[in-house]
Amino acid sequence: MTELKNIRNFAIIAHIDHGKSTLADRMIQHCGALADREMKEQVLDSMDLERERGITIKAQTVRLTYKAQDGETYALNLIDTPGHVDFSYEVSRSLAACEGSLLLVDASQGVEAQTLANVYLAIDNDHEVLPVLNKVDLPAAEPERIKEQIEEVIGIDASEALEISAKTGKGVPEVLEALVKHVPPPEGDSSAPLKALLVDSWYDAYLGVITLVRVVDGILKPGLKVRMMGSGATHTIDKVGAFTPKMQNLPHLGPGEIGFITAGIKSVADTNVGDTLTEERRLASEPLPGFKPSVPVVFCGLFPIDAADYEDLRDSLAKLALNDSSFLYEPESSAALGFGFRCGCLGLLHLEIVQERLEREFNLDLITTAPSVVYKIKMNSGQVIDLHNPADFPDVVKIASIEEPWIKATILVPDEFLGAILKLCEDRRGEQVDLTYAGTRAMVVYRLPLNEVVFDFYDRLKSVSRGYASFDYHLDGYRENDLVKVAILVNAEPVDSLAIIVHRSQAEPRGRMLCERLKDLIPRQLFKIAIQAAIGGKVVARETISALRKDVTAKCYGGDVSRKRKLLDKQKAGKKRMRQVGNVEIPQTAFLAALKMGDG
Amino acid sequence: MRQKEAVMAVSTENAPQMDVTRPDPGFGVYVHWPFCLSKCPYCDFNSHVRDSIDHTRWRSALLAELDHYAALTPDREVTSVFFGGGTPSLMAPETVAAVIERVGRNWRLANDAEVTLEANPTSAEAGKFASFAAAGVGRLSLGVQSLDDAALKFLGRQHSAAEALQAVALARQHFPRFSFDLIYARPEQSLDAWQAELTQALSEGADHLSLYQLTIEENTVFHGAWRRGELKVPEDERAGALFDRTQLVMEEAGLPAYEVSNHARPGQESRHNLTYWRYGDYIGVGPGAHGRLTLNGRDSSSSRKLATRQHRAPEAWLSAVEIDGHATRGGTEIDAAQRLEELVMMGLRLREGISRGAFSCEIGRQPEQLFDPKRLQALVESGFIEVTDRKLVATHQGRTRLDAVLAHLLA
Repeated sequence: MTELKNIRNFAIIAHIDHGKSTLADRMIQHCGALADREMKEQVLDSMDLERERGITIKAQTVRLTYKAQDGETYALNLIDTPGHVDFSYEVSRSLAACEGSLLLVDASQGVEAQTLANVYLAIDNDHEVLPVLNKVDLPAAEPERIKEQIEEVIGIDASEALEISAKTGKGVPEVLEALVKHVPPPEGDSSAPLKALLVDSWYDAYLGVITLVRVVDGILKPGLKVRMMGSGATHTIDKVGAFTPKMQNLPHLGPGEIGFITAGIKSVADTNVGDTLTEERRLASEPLPGFKPSVPVVFCGLFPIDAADYEDLRDSLAKLALNDSSFLYEPESSAALGFGFRCGCLGLLHLEIVQERLEREFNLDLITTAPSVVYKIKMNSGQVIDLHNPADFPDVVKIASIEEPWIKATILVPDEFLGAILKLCEDRRGEQVDLTYAGTRAMVVYRLPLNEVVFDFYDRLKSVSRGYASFDYHLDGYRENDLVKVAILVNAEPVDSLAIIVHRSQAEPRGRMLCERLKDLIPRQLFKIAIQAAIGGKVVARETISALRKDVTAKCYGGDVSRKRKLLDKQKAGKKRMRQVGNVEIPQTAFLAALKMGDG
Repeated sequence: MRQKEAVMAVSTENAPQMDVTRPDPGFGVYVHWPFCLSKCPYCDFNSHVRDSIDHTRWRSALLAELDHYAALTPDREVTSVFFGGGTPSLMAPETVAAVIERVGRNWRLANDAEVTLEANPTSAEAGKFASFAAAGVGRLSLGVQSLDDAALKFLGRQHSAAEALQAVALARQHFPRFSFDLIYARPEQSLDAWQAELTQALSEGADHLSLYQLTIEENTVFHGAWRRGELKVPEDERAGALFDRTQLVMEEAGLPAYEVSNHARPGQESRHNLTYWRYGDYIGVGPGAHGRLTLNGRDSSSSRKLATRQHRAPEAWLSAVEIDGHATRGGTEIDAAQRLEELVMMGLRLREGISRGAFSCEIGRQPEQLFDPKRLQALVESGFIEVTDRKLVATHQGRTRLDAVLAHLLA
């Protein structure tokens, strides 16, 4: 058991590509945690891949043994944090287990919006934040300017920021030294009743549920009977240990230490992240402050392209959910798309990850419907409905009011693109909260309806700023608004999966845009096709696809029969992949169109 | 255009008045000659260019395959023989004579049997017309393709327009019946230019014309050019206009379309090809030839339909026949679903449509029981299909879009 004064728990906060994984590699190497032959590029990232396969680590931690210049040996616990806004919840629980953070900033790119959000989270957690400038060896590096920016934008002292190159290893020993010197050691009492924070948990095919914990008071050891204070469940500890980064069993974990336990827990759902572990025989007086559970904010329908894959999809979703408690799904059936699932995710990236994993790891072809947010619909009867799916939009006459979720978004952007960003936000019903400058970069804060962000906002942001804008948001409550459902009708039949909910002011242009895109995506067919967008009973946009003019094989004789029949069979198989609405066959691409509305 | 008879509602209530007679689809013999002097850039048929051909060996091999199939189809009456290719006018007239003679010996050859030979209108081949006629060919089908020299060059043909017209004149002289082919909807071809060409073709006095819209087939020179964007074929609208104009001109000239691309004065239809479209039986001999044979009688409940196919590669076919007496490479039974598909796919190409008798005979059930009622209804309501007490038929509108109609009906 390491003495408190010789423990340092820290996280690294960095934007994507600012060198977090490389720095972690160098620190692992410097401390000799892995033999050189075991050392691969980006050790933590390779774990990331394992995690995707659902067998190993989620919140990655590494315990490093470091002999400092003062002659003492320290246990440095690094908790890796996901960098994306969708996972700020995971970030916050990782930060809660540490006392300090390295703020790693690319010395030429500067602070990005997501970094900013995570730094604020660290400051909220009373972290000592150590600024580190990476890639100072590159010609474009401007360490002085970036230091100024850190001070202006974040408001922390950057005068002593370390200048390093994680790639070459320059400055890495200084980082380790600074961690020891500046990050405060954890506090705790090994004789007090056990109190350990449940940081994360995941399912391992061999070991069952593995739980990552941070001990605050007391001692965790095999054989100890523990109780989860929130759920009340009791378990007997089987193994305790730490990642070095290899999984290593230890005799016990004491105050300030971060490590894992196994306790014969059957399912990840039985472990609530943020819960407090205590001893069954000697209960702690009160639990540690917990976390708000993460709530899915973006929903979409996932349907197998081939209906025969439905069972596979269901099994795959179950497997995904096993290791991702923030991901929800429930069966959904659509007149146009058949049987599928309504899935709830933390954000668009999360949604994309889920979709990609289903397609790549589980080999499923899917149709994804346009993402939707959760609306609160107050009915005349006083009942309030959480609406996850535009297809379930109730009869308008029964609705008293509709509320939609808003977000507070922070965007950092070079000032040359500021105009375009402001216009984008205004077009999306945004309300400006703040606009400040740090050097040549502007920081804009906007309140925006989330439903305006789930449609292509990222794509637009990227294109109008040529990739230079960075974006972060957090939820900012619900507001009542004049929202309407725009139904899409194909030959007068509503296509449930294409319905969208938008602000009344946007209904007509959105409806028109969707009709136009569908016109391009649905091929000419035997029958004339009318595509309409309607609000309530009122048609606001209409496009027509004229019927096929000519489509007949010129030559078909005795020698052609077999070949033409096979062609027809192939065509029939192709039709199975189309969706039938009345007499019209709608290709899958049409359903994706709604996802990328603004590109047209 | 002739107005169609009133559309009947799709229901089986009219069952008592149903007429389930079937026009005799006949029994044909197809003979494939796989050689050409050169390969045309639009053609994806099984044709090959060879320096020399051993006509004696080929003759014996074709006769051997006839003997092989005769043994499988005893007691049938052959109503037509068709020499196709390739370029059958490159065959030795003795071979043509021997084949016709052997057909007559192996089966009963109907008194009015139709014997057709495809020919290219080059002067060399035209010189053999008399011998082909003497061998027993009664109907010549000439691959004229165009009456415009530039177009003939574009189509990779070996003859000029003048040569073609001379060949037509010779055909008229030697054969009781003759037909010729034209390819239209060529790149840049205007409606009026096509009409003029068609009018000139009609003045040649053929009783039968096959008019094909240029189609870009895979594995052809044209396909490569089209993929590279060097060759453009008329888009939907213009192709439709050309098709409609063709129907109109031919209708007025008294040679209405009896099939999608085939036009004839009434009574002058190709009986051999009608056998295909009426889904009758035919045997196919020669490399890559296909056949359809109904075994165990004519009753749908007991009969089996067999699809036959001979080996495609000429030399391999030849040696296989010399060893085994035939080069059958596929003799697969067609299941009920496929049988329906083939019947409908072929039959709806005909203006006469598919008789209820053919449905009874081939499938044992009627359209009302065979197709999704909603789909059938939609096709009827849109004027693409008619269902009468006698038949299922595609209208002009339906035939113009037949591929899509079939896909919808058979989905």
